[in-house]
Amino acid sequence: MSTQDATTWRPHSATAARLGAHASDLARVADKVRDNKRITADEALLLHEHADLVTIGELADLVRQRLNPAPVVTYIVDRNINPYNACITDCGFCAFYAKPKSDGTWQLTREEIMDKVQETATLGGRQVLMQGGHHPKIKSDYWCELIEAISMRFPEINCHALSAPELEHFERIERRSLAEIIADLQASGWGSLPGGGAEMLVERVRKIIAPKKTSTDRWLDIHRQVHEAGLRSSATMMYGNVETAPERIEHFVRLRELQDETGGFTAFACWNTQPEGVPMQADLPEKTTPALYLRTQGVARIFLDNFQHMQTSYVTQGIKMAQISLRFGCDDFGGTMLEENVVSAAGCFNLAPIAELERIIHRAGFTPVQRNSWYGVADERYDMTTPKGSAHPGWPRTRGEAACHKAAPYPEPHLAVFPETSRQGEGEPLSMPVAAAEKVKI
Amino acid sequence: MSPTTSPLKAFPRAAQTAAEKRLRVQAKRAGLTAIAKKVLSQERLSIEDGLALYTADLFAVGALANHVRERLHGDATYFNVNQHINYTNLCNRLCKFCAFQRLPGQDGAYLMSPADAAEKITEQLAEPVTEVHVVGGVWPKLDYNYYLDLLRAIKAARPSIHIKGFTMVELDEIMRQAKKPLPEVLEELKQAGLDSCPGGGAEVFDEGVRQATYPQKMPGTRWLEVAAAVHAAGLFSNCTMLHGHVETPAHRVDHLNKLRLLQDDSLAKGKGSLQAYIPLSFHPDHSEMADVEAPTALDELRELAVARLMLDNVPHIKAYWILMDIPTAQTALSFGANDVDGTVVEEKIYHEAGATTPQKVQRTQLVRWIEDAGRTPIERNTVYDPIGDAKGRFSTNSK
Repeated sequence: MSTQDATTWRPHSATAARLGAHASDLARVADKVRDNKRITADEALLLHEHADLVTIGELADLVRQRLNPAPVVTYIVDRNINPYNACITDCGFCAFYAKPKSDGTWQLTREEIMDKVQETATLGGRQVLMQGGHHPKIKSDYWCELIEAISMRFPEINCHALSAPELEHFERIERRSLAEIIADLQASGWGSLPGGGAEMLVERVRKIIAPKKTSTDRWLDIHRQVHEAGLRSSATMMYGNVETAPERIEHFVRLRELQDETGGFTAFACWNTQPEGVPMQADLPEKTTPALYLRTQGVARIFLDNFQHMQTSYVTQGIKMAQISLRFGCDDFGGTMLEENVVSAAGCFNLAPIAELERIIHRAGFTPVQRNSWYGVADERYDMTTPKGSAHPGWPRTRGEAACHKAAPYPEPHLAVFPETSRQGEGEPLSMPVAAAEKVKI
Repeated sequence: MSPTTSPLKAFPRAAQTAAEKRLRVQAKRAGLTAIAKKVLSQERLSIEDGLALYTADLFAVGALANHVRERLHGDATYFNVNQHINYTNLCNRLCKFCAFQRLPGQDGAYLMSPADAAEKITEQLAEPVTEVHVVGGVWPKLDYNYYLDLLRAIKAARPSIHIKGFTMVELDEIMRQAKKPLPEVLEELKQAGLDSCPGGGAEVFDEGVRQATYPQKMPGTRWLEVAAAVHAAGLFSNCTMLHGHVETPAHRVDHLNKLRLLQDDSLAKGKGSLQAYIPLSFHPDHSEMADVEAPTALDELRELAVARLMLDNVPHIKAYWILMDIPTAQTALSFGANDVDGTVVEEKIYHEAGATTPQKVQRTQLVRWIEDAGRTPIERNTVYDPIGDAKGRFSTNSK
């Protein structure tokens, strides 16, 4: 097992992956994936460190097709809203927060927030992702009021709000149980919990990059309790700082165990640390290169066999890498993010208009479909009712339909509603720009 | 064509046999049994095979291309430290796909004197530049002596630099200005300092495509004639294809086939030949064809893989990173590409069309992302001699 951290970690020879000492082991693991058998942590590490990219892509694509047979890539029309940036947690990799009482703090008024939600609604948005810092004064009642106001005025928009560390922060400053806080938020209309604050679910790493933030066990326990309360959440990972390759796999192991237990995660997404301008930039390694994203996201798809969805991170990886990742296991393009503040603060900003995003998805061989926070179809172009007139159970429309503590994976989606899409490689070559050929008659 | 010493000789024969068996199984699943058989026995693929590669599963095509890439080069991935001089953007060819061209009086139109070009070289004397890539618009008002003076001025400014200059399109125009036969012109250009030729201007050879989008440009047959003359003069050149505008996969396969026939001929004559093939993806921004959809990252990966499989006699396949951007170029190193071009100190043509890569990327960054792809970076000169501690060189003269 490698113990090098991301600073010195170098992938092994790609040629050796096919012909070297690990080639037969890699071939055995690949066959296991093809035979639809769960792989172990050691096997995931072998793939992550040693497999060549073509093999990782092929296997991740296979698992993706197995779990999401419809040739569809989903995305959600949404906006990130950060009501305030004051935070007492001082994470060294964060360029967004400001210490309370410092000059850099700000807080949006209720009116400003509602205007932003209104803009999102006007554009057909389905979600606002709302997170703040760990503010010394703001408690869960602020959020209950805000969420209730949004839910009453914009029933189509879900508040995908807060994060495990923020919930823990409320628990601490309000001195009451998490269960009560969750129940209050739920009663106000809170619809789902984002996967933020996971960073790397390994204590050694957290002690270095986020010593004041929620511990690994606690992060997982908060998600467990949220799932048990009947809400869905998502899972994330931020790699490429001080962690080792086995620690990345350890993160996957912890997520897979909890998902086996609750089934409450909708999706997994990962991204690399964006070191530009963050407080501990000098102690962080240089930003990792795109190949490690494919290695990490691809192996996540293969290993996290109980997560139905993998979300690409086009904001951090750029639209070209995001498209490639659609063949390396990802089936969701994330949010359109009419606004994003956090990674943008670290100099990372790759937003694209919806038309371009749909074109990129089409050219990868998939039909773009707008979804809601629970990965149900929320797209007027497709009729999601079954012949009997009821919504298909595989595509939850509401928080209630999506609630699935210990639920089985979603049943096979109702494929017939999507127009026939040829995957790249089947049928019409997608690399031929048909529209252009029609315009310019040869 | 095979390398003088196999880069795979360090691996046991049994491992190679097992890898080939796995490749056959993967190809069979993708309906490429017959093509895999040819690839493994190093037989030439047919036109029909080429078309099949455009519709088959991307990973099966990629795995076959990767097999060929590793058989020829192992992990070796070449780059160089180079600079570009685009001596003018004046051009009368008016190709619809181009955002670089200008007519006199238009905003941004410029023409460098030989002294201006030499100044650009002098600016970089402290940098370890080994090659200058010299291309420009086609402008008939420039006389023959301008080109000779341009070469001489560059060489005088930095005698050690390799001048990779003038596409076949420019050479055809230079010949017209010289009013002399091409072999004679090439000899004089060589004497003035020309060392090799780039591969641009080939676009797509099919005449229907050319009439629709670049009717003023020389016919495809002429491009091939000029390239043959360049090789006969003992010069190496590259070759390209502009993909993703109005052409179809059939046009692309035809283009690749014509390049490989040219190379058969050039290799048989034993003088100059094609060194690298570079697929250039169409960038519609700011050009007259701004309404055409640009090829995407996955299109670019397939293009490289198909080329690696079809161009069995061209040693190097280049993922031109400044055009593709690092994510795609880095991934391409597993889909058939074994060269990424250079550090590129000055690049005008693609930046006018909206490429977003930084103008200057340090050598260390290239090395870093090539290594992160599991490959061995090798700094080379223009004719693929390694510079420094590089190893595992592929010989272009092995036939």
